[in-house]
Amino acid sequence: MTEAVFSGRGLTKTYRSGEVEVHALRGADIDLFEGEIAVLLGPSGSGKSTLLNILGGLDRATSGTVRFRDHDLMNASERELTQYRREHVGFVFQFYNLIPSLTARENVALVTEISSNPMDPEKALALVGLGHRLDHFPSQLSGGEQQRVAIARAIAKRPDVLLCDEPTGALDSKIGVLVLEALDHVNQTLGTTTAIITHNAAIQSMAHRVFNFGDGRIISTHVNAKRQNPSEISW
Amino acid sequence: MVTAMRVLDRKLFRDMKRLWAQSLAVALVMAAGVATMLIGLGAYNSLSETRSVYYDRAQFADVFAFAVRAPKSVSAEIRQLNGVAQVETRIVKAALLDIKGFELPATGYFISLPASGENTLNKLHLRSGRLPSPGSLQEVAISESFAQAHGFQIGSKIYAVLNGAKRRLTVAAIVLSPEFIYALGPGDMMPDDRRFGIMWMREPALAGAFDLEGAFNSVALRLLKNAIVEDVVQSLDDILERYGGEGAYGREDQLSHAFLDAELQQLNAMSRILPPVFLVVTAFLINMVLARLISLEREQVGLLKAIGYLPTEIAVHYAKLVLLISCMGVGIGFAAGTWLSHGLTVLYTKFFHFPYQIFIASPRLYVVAALVSLAAAFVGSMRAVAGAAALSPAIAMQPPAPPTYKRFWSGRMQPLKYLSQLTIMVLRHIVRWPLRSLLTTFGISLAIALLVSSLFSVGAINYMIDVTFDRTDRQDATFAFGEARPAQALQEVARLPGVLTAEPYYAVVAKLSHGHHAKRVAIMGKPQAVDLSRVLDLELKPVELPKSGLVLSEALASKLQVGRGDTIHAEFLGRNRVETDIPVVGIIQSYVGLMAFMDINALSRLLGESPKVSGVHMLLDPAQSTAFFAEVRVQPALSALSLQRVSLAKFQETIAENINIQILVYCGLATIIAFGVVYNSARIQFAERARELASLRVLGFTEYEVSRLLLLEFALLTLAAVPIGWMAGYGLAFALVQGFQSDLYRLPFIMLRSTYAYSALIVMVAVALSALVVRRRVSNLDLVSVLKTRD
Repeated sequence: MTEAVFSGRGLTKTYRSGEVEVHALRGADIDLFEGEIAVLLGPSGSGKSTLLNILGGLDRATSGTVRFRDHDLMNASERELTQYRREHVGFVFQFYNLIPSLTARENVALVTEISSNPMDPEKALALVGLGHRLDHFPSQLSGGEQQRVAIARAIAKRPDVLLCDEPTGALDSKIGVLVLEALDHVNQTLGTTTAIITHNAAIQSMAHRVFNFGDGRIISTHVNAKRQNPSEISW
Repeated sequence: MVTAMRVLDRKLFRDMKRLWAQSLAVALVMAAGVATMLIGLGAYNSLSETRSVYYDRAQFADVFAFAVRAPKSVSAEIRQLNGVAQVETRIVKAALLDIKGFELPATGYFISLPASGENTLNKLHLRSGRLPSPGSLQEVAISESFAQAHGFQIGSKIYAVLNGAKRRLTVAAIVLSPEFIYALGPGDMMPDDRRFGIMWMREPALAGAFDLEGAFNSVALRLLKNAIVEDVVQSLDDILERYGGEGAYGREDQLSHAFLDAELQQLNAMSRILPPVFLVVTAFLINMVLARLISLEREQVGLLKAIGYLPTEIAVHYAKLVLLISCMGVGIGFAAGTWLSHGLTVLYTKFFHFPYQIFIASPRLYVVAALVSLAAAFVGSMRAVAGAAALSPAIAMQPPAPPTYKRFWSGRMQPLKYLSQLTIMVLRHIVRWPLRSLLTTFGISLAIALLVSSLFSVGAINYMIDVTFDRTDRQDATFAFGEARPAQALQEVARLPGVLTAEPYYAVVAKLSHGHHAKRVAIMGKPQAVDLSRVLDLELKPVELPKSGLVLSEALASKLQVGRGDTIHAEFLGRNRVETDIPVVGIIQSYVGLMAFMDINALSRLLGESPKVSGVHMLLDPAQSTAFFAEVRVQPALSALSLQRVSLAKFQETIAENINIQILVYCGLATIIAFGVVYNSARIQFAERARELASLRVLGFTEYEVSRLLLLEFALLTLAAVPIGWMAGYGLAFALVQGFQSDLYRLPFIMLRSTYAYSALIVMVAVALSALVVRRRVSNLDLVSVLKTRD
């Protein structure tokens, strides 16, 4: 592991939910390194999603500093954040968020059309094991397949970081493992820095490093001396 | 149960509050339907009801006739005719008026009142003063509009040249007459109250002035209920023939009545076309909005059912929402309709002179308008409401299945590979909901059609003016003699100061018939070479009248069902009833009246007379107009002077005023449709696709790119709507032209390219603005929360 791709210091996030003020982050420090798979583990409401949204340029911290390489994400304008997402970040969500009116290939092409150095949509889909379902619409794909299309879409532009929010949350163990394998394969083949949010402790064994979240803070961090292959994971 | 319903009602009001903009957009379209119905039918009912009440109270005559001079004893003979209830003979003459402070000569239409008392037919309605006293030679009752135009009051003095003698008249009464509800001066195209007045004097005064003692030259009849007008007209013609009868005619040919009829016909055409357009759009919008709302509330519907609500209760709940929107629409429609109807009434009082308030706000019409609109709304809501009631709770509580899309072409054909994925998304979305896309397109095209059918009249009227005033009747002024005079009269006129060119005409009333089609018209005799009042063929090229034979306007030819080469039968009324067959040698263009032309000498020959003239068209030297008008005022033989240029100016002024109002109203209505349709479908699209749009934003697409996605769809639908709207507008305009056509005038069906362009442009702007209102929401998309939730 070489230099830090992300570095966040003293990050807090407060927002109002109805009448209540919620402290989603209460001061988190984090560094993510080039090429690593980091798993952010914790119960719901522990602040991990909020942190991921801040890193991904979807949301802004209330206080603290956060940098992506030489980009200051704290003080970036809305336009700069869009540009940042467009150039550097790949997202994978729990509910896939595919465009229903586009086929698998076209969902991936959606992103490659606006990137400077993309891979072929076909290649990206082959990478996640869907080379044979290029022309299917989301409604014709299973949940696991849809999620793998989402991963293909996320990596096709060769992003610097891949941010995955509960990528297996809507899937059962057997299908979920296929998705994790796809993520691991991408990481090994392309060396993409990957952050996976999950409340599923089983997944932590595939990570290089694990961050444990609780009550808006990072409670502990540890490095996996020996990573497990995703195929060995089950829950 | 009662409390539970109250909670649901509370939900209803909150839904309404949340959906206020969309509800308002729907309500406005509905309001436009209600308002046009109130205006069209309301004005129609008011006008026709007022007319019939007025006719009844004033004993408006059923048949009219003119003669040169008939002894009063003939009156008894007429009374004996089958079907005649009442007869009133009178003296009717036109004369020039000299009004202080008004440079132009005005034409007065003098009508006799009985030697004492009121007239029994066409009774006058006194506005102020009293009828001229019996035996008075100077007292006169004048028409209200003429009095108002000049500020005349009881006691004012007017000078008139009656049969060559200048008389000073005193205004004794200001009145209205059922014969002149629409008071159009001779030779004019638009009423000009300054230059045309009607004057009633005691019979002895007029008889003395016009040498008609013991005689009359006009008769009015009121018929029994079951009398046949044509038979009475025929018998009356037989009687008056000896006295120079010019042919009797029924109400339908009475000028004021015919204009009112034409107006009623227009209102009727209007109210048959407009409200249905709005009601159809209303039903479609209600369907769209409600279907979307219910699909959003699937889970709530499922829950309500799970806890024991009946399907009917759910249906009633959503029906109430429709009812609320409808109430809003009907309310706005009532207000706007009442206000606009009142405006229309004010406009009418400028042209139609009734003694009573002509706006009748009939409660029945309001009830009908409300019920019809409600019916349209419920038809529109039926499918969505039934769908909600039929949702099974277990299914309703689960999210709906993802929408299924299809590839455009099966197989490997890939014409799409040149399009961006965003464009493909737009196209697939349009195709995925074909009905909605179609209806949206249809709605927009109706807005365009409405504009085409309204804006086209600007071009058509300008064309009509060009043809009528610039190419056909190019004279500055026309004299009409009281009676036809020998041909030398032309020279007398040509010698008047300022007259540059003078051209005679000879008008003879005839009944033209072909088969069982017949029409009473004035045949215009003109010299062969004319340069002022010309005759134009269908290509608008000047026609030299042939040495013999008749030339008919297209409208008259189609009325008589004749073409070039056919022979028609002509019966010259009041000319010893010369009857002859004349060949039709040409068909010409004319948008005003029913025209028949003939060579002036051929006409005289046909009647076995020496050449005569009934009037003269003139070109005037503007520098000498004061001298000309001063001279005209003392000319004994002139009974009427029409000033074509003044008439044109008046016509254009009136038309411009009306057209501007009309365009404003129609633009407003078209905008309401466009906005209602586009705003609602954009809002719904946005709601349905918020998640998709947010995903795109997350993937790094800019706000501009994402909004473009939304706007592109409407741009495409609008583009598709444009040709459809043009075609529909063309058809609508054609229907209106047919509906407006009368014996008095026809609107040429001229469609300018600019009409198409403006209609499309106005609607495009309305669409763009409505879409931009929704586009603002793209900026406020909450990326995080949209992605965190399932659909």
